[in-house]
Amino acid sequence: MNAIIVSAVWGVIMMFCSFLVKNRGSYRHIAAFGLLTLLVANILNVKGILLFDIDDHNMLHFSNFGLYFNSIAIFSTLVYVLLTGKEMEKYGKYAAEYFTLIFFVLCGVSVLSAYNNMLMLFIGIEILSIPLYILTGSDKKNLKSNEAALKYFLMGAFSTGLMLMGIALMYGGTGSFQLEIVRAAGKANGTVLSFLEVTGLLFLFVSMAFKVSAAPFHFWTPDVYDGAPTVFTSFMATVVKAAGFIAFIKLCEVRMVETGLDIDKTFGVNWQLLFAILIIATLLVGNITAVFQQSVKRMLAYSSIAQAGFMLFALFSLNDLAKEGILVYSVAYSLATIGIFAVLVKMKDFTFEGFNGLAKKQPVLAAACTIFLLSLAGIPLTAGFFAKYYMLASVIKTGSYTWLVIIAVLFAAVSVYYYFRVIQAMYFKDGEASTEEITPSFKTGLVLLSALIILVGVMPSLVLNYFYF
Amino acid sequence: MPIQYYITLASILFCIGVTGALTRRNAIIIFMCIELMLNAVNLLLVAFSKMPFAVLPNSTAAAGTDAQLFVFFIMVVAAAEVSVGLAIIVMMYRNVHSIDVNFLNRLKN
Repeated sequence: MNAIIVSAVWGVIMMFCSFLVKNRGSYRHIAAFGLLTLLVANILNVKGILLFDIDDHNMLHFSNFGLYFNSIAIFSTLVYVLLTGKEMEKYGKYAAEYFTLIFFVLCGVSVLSAYNNMLMLFIGIEILSIPLYILTGSDKKNLKSNEAALKYFLMGAFSTGLMLMGIALMYGGTGSFQLEIVRAAGKANGTVLSFLEVTGLLFLFVSMAFKVSAAPFHFWTPDVYDGAPTVFTSFMATVVKAAGFIAFIKLCEVRMVETGLDIDKTFGVNWQLLFAILIIATLLVGNITAVFQQSVKRMLAYSSIAQAGFMLFALFSLNDLAKEGILVYSVAYSLATIGIFAVLVKMKDFTFEGFNGLAKKQPVLAAACTIFLLSLAGIPLTAGFFAKYYMLASVIKTGSYTWLVIIAVLFAAVSVYYYFRVIQAMYFKDGEASTEEITPSFKTGLVLLSALIILVGVMPSLVLNYFYF
Repeated sequence: MPIQYYITLASILFCIGVTGALTRRNAIIIFMCIELMLNAVNLLLVAFSKMPFAVLPNSTAAAGTDAQLFVFFIMVVAAAEVSVGLAIIVMMYRNVHSIDVNFLNRLKN
């Protein structure tokens, strides 16, 4: 509850800063301070200290898992604001409002990580999405940004419609919006759910697949990520996407009976096979299409689809290992992607050729970029390796569908190709990579971030110990 | 009246909305179709809330009020969404003087 209220309050404060604080440069410092207090408030919540006493009628349930994910999301946003906050001031006159919207998005993330009622799921998704439509279209004179905003908005509203239909049908089948009652209804009816509930769940899953851009519902992703201003793409592809997965994993638990053994037959539909197909399609589309891209930004958009395929494994296996895994994955993926986008923002040319010879001109940038890319590819000693390891291990633990692991490893090998193309361009090709002015503090930030990624890669228990602590 | 009538009506409205959203080219019309989808859901929720006994084996008399509350939330959020969506459409109209989504192909290459 702390994070929800504090982030909303900070959103309002940033809105007032827009006209009370004249110095444009100080907005991002205020925002960074706000995020720090938000992080503290959330950690206090983990420790059981509540700043606000609010009766939520059991609509929200603050589990350790959700709160811990909140901390990760807030921390990633803090890193994001510190590294790229300055770039946001380029778009439009009122930079403080972008920070406002980011705080509101975080409010949505906090609701999504704690919802226990379908109403809260709906509201959380909307609080998360509506600010993002604005952020996508923030470059008002740029046609690409306009187009991306309109596409994102139409797809988002459409998938919200599907989600609402799903919720309504689930309500018709079970008579409640509370997740535990929905779950209990599944058990009471034996192993087969009513037609209404199965259709409702399907609608819900399709709409969530839209939100986390799983194939075949991914088609909006490359266009939106490519068209949105690069600074905001970074935020959309990391924190927001991970939050979508946290919401999705909670929803998926609905299909699981309490014992967790008989997952397949719960609702008379083979959900695991359904998810396996979804995963393979997502991995296939993401990885294969990324290979053929000429623009690094668009390649990263497809790679984010491919990474979503890996995160879907957590929804497939739904055991303890999967829950740990999705946390490690959110850390690894968010940090690496924020880093690579922070470098990308500084580049003048987003094509692969634009990176030619970067290592000679900006050795620090190139080295940090290499570590981020290695982490995304899942090379050992970086955070990405353990993230992928946990995901695959969780599938093996379920005991079935081992062939899925083999397919995933093959696709991870494909992903190495397109990530290494950037590294190759930076180190082994001659060219004049032109960047904007790089400040020493930015370089320091990148070095610290890559050190953090390697640290998590060497000791993933650092992330997880805190979870159990 | 049996609940099936309401379910059928809501499904038909919803399908009209989905078909329209997927086939029409005018941004405003797509938008209207999405609103139609939301209204179909509203209708369905209200129907379910008034007839809990028709679909539920063991529900109390108080059951169903939460669905009516949900409808209000959908209305409020839809209004918020409309304000952002229309702003985006106006922004696009200022730049390209058209709201035809066929214009939206610059990002393909």
